[in-house]
Amino acid sequence: MALPALAIFLVFGVVPLVGVLLLSFTQWDGLGAIHTAGFSNWRSVLSDPALPHSLFVTFEIMILSWAVQTPISLLLGVFLAGRQRYRALLAVLYFVPLLLSSAAIAITYKALLDPNFGLGAGLHLDFLAQDWLGKSHLALGVVIFVVSWQFIPFHSLIYQGGARQIPATMYEAASIDGAGRVRQFFSITVPQLKYTIITSSTLMVVGSLTFFDLIFVLTAGGPGDATRVLALDMYKRGFQANLMGPASVIAVLLVLIGLGLALLLRRLGGSTTASQQEGA
Amino acid sequence: MRLIRRNWLGGTAGWLWLVIVLVPLYWIVITSFKDQAGFFTQNPFALPADPTFNNYKLVIESDFPRYFLNSVIVTAGTILPAVAISFMAAYAIVRGAGGRFLAGVNGLFLMGLAIPLQATIIPVYLLIIKMHLYDSLLAIILPSIAFSIPLSVLVLTNFIRDVPKELFESMRVDGATEWGMLRGLALPLVRPALVTVSIYNGLGVWNGFLLPLILTQSPEKRTLPLALWTFQGQYSVNVPAVLASVVLTTLPIVILYAIGRRQLLSGLTAGFSR
Repeated sequence: MALPALAIFLVFGVVPLVGVLLLSFTQWDGLGAIHTAGFSNWRSVLSDPALPHSLFVTFEIMILSWAVQTPISLLLGVFLAGRQRYRALLAVLYFVPLLLSSAAIAITYKALLDPNFGLGAGLHLDFLAQDWLGKSHLALGVVIFVVSWQFIPFHSLIYQGGARQIPATMYEAASIDGAGRVRQFFSITVPQLKYTIITSSTLMVVGSLTFFDLIFVLTAGGPGDATRVLALDMYKRGFQANLMGPASVIAVLLVLIGLGLALLLRRLGGSTTASQQEGA
Repeated sequence: MRLIRRNWLGGTAGWLWLVIVLVPLYWIVITSFKDQAGFFTQNPFALPADPTFNNYKLVIESDFPRYFLNSVIVTAGTILPAVAISFMAAYAIVRGAGGRFLAGVNGLFLMGLAIPLQATIIPVYLLIIKMHLYDSLLAIILPSIAFSIPLSVLVLTNFIRDVPKELFESMRVDGATEWGMLRGLALPLVRPALVTVSIYNGLGVWNGFLLPLILTQSPEKRTLPLALWTFQGQYSVNVPAVLASVVLTTLPIVILYAIGRRQLLSGLTAGFSR
């Protein structure tokens, strides 16, 4: 009974995974014949100064968006774990950004942040009317903000589920011992949520490798190369410059980074849950 | 819940986040009802002085009903088979626990969870060309099914494991086949999980951008996210119309969410908190 799932996963999951490694040793323009190319793609990509930059931007966005999302999601999740009705309503509303496609979100923020026609100009607030997507450091900040806007709700809900499983007796014991609320948060809530934190972090970190559509529509990697993450680099080399070989090298690096990070986080004691489609 | 009752910091953060979530959404909706003149002259948060449906008319006349239909076909064509075969696989993995082959299959799916989808797009593109499927909806559907399998199998195996073994035993004693048990016992008991997995993967496919971008070409094969992007490229100065397209493409999902949210939210937390 496992065979149909196995068959389609082999064809469109495992074969492409092996294929991308093989393609990284070939020359292909996406249309014509495929020629072997030995290590030339690897040599040219690894010595390309654009690569360290893409790697840096990828990790910068990964780490900063993790650092922004985790504390806020944790706080919101613990708050939402309360049983009051209005908190259930909040949870319902929080989820709405997850319903929008990354394309829709990127389009909205592009319009919202337009220096001439966006919110800043409309409200006559100069600090809001900056060229958000035209300056490197601002564009990076915008990407991290939009990512957080999109995914904090999802992670809050994961933390909500985790926080509800912490036995109330632990808090009762702690308050009898005189521990304050802040103390309780750090010595009960956070350690008890260890596995949830690791699951959520794995999803964030591996998911951040796949912020393709959001960045593609929002900044297209710009201004200049300021937000050209690896996934975008792969797309541009492969489907815009028609260099599938070098693009496959980037793809192999993406796979290795994804697997490496997932294993690392699992070592920290996490569960097996991770997702390739955080974009959902 | 004593900790939570007077959690001022959490409460402040909670309401503040609600504002951060709602302000852009409010702005999208009201702006989509403004005409261009109103958009340029009015306060951005003011309700439209002269509400108009012209933006929506423009979007609908720009072939969006066709893109909508494409998205429906791709999403349904992915989710129905993906969930069915994932459920069968999950059932086999749980029932056949201990078998080397099935353990290997399960390990393979788990590995699939850690791999970023985008990374295999070039060979997928090559495969689709070789299968003569390029520029068809099936080109989007087949890889989408494959990419939905790992998470679906993981969540469903977790749920099927919770079904008491004695129930399977007593059905077997009564002469039920594995298929009979799958349909008569496992299916009704894990139905909520099936709905959750369908909604979660369905959202991902409905909102998917990369596969349609790379595996299709002609306008009549566009799905909604891709159509949004091209529409925005065409009408970038007409912000109200662009936002109307955002509202229109999201509306069906919001309606479905309003109907099925309980199942989605509870299933999501159950699926990920294990």
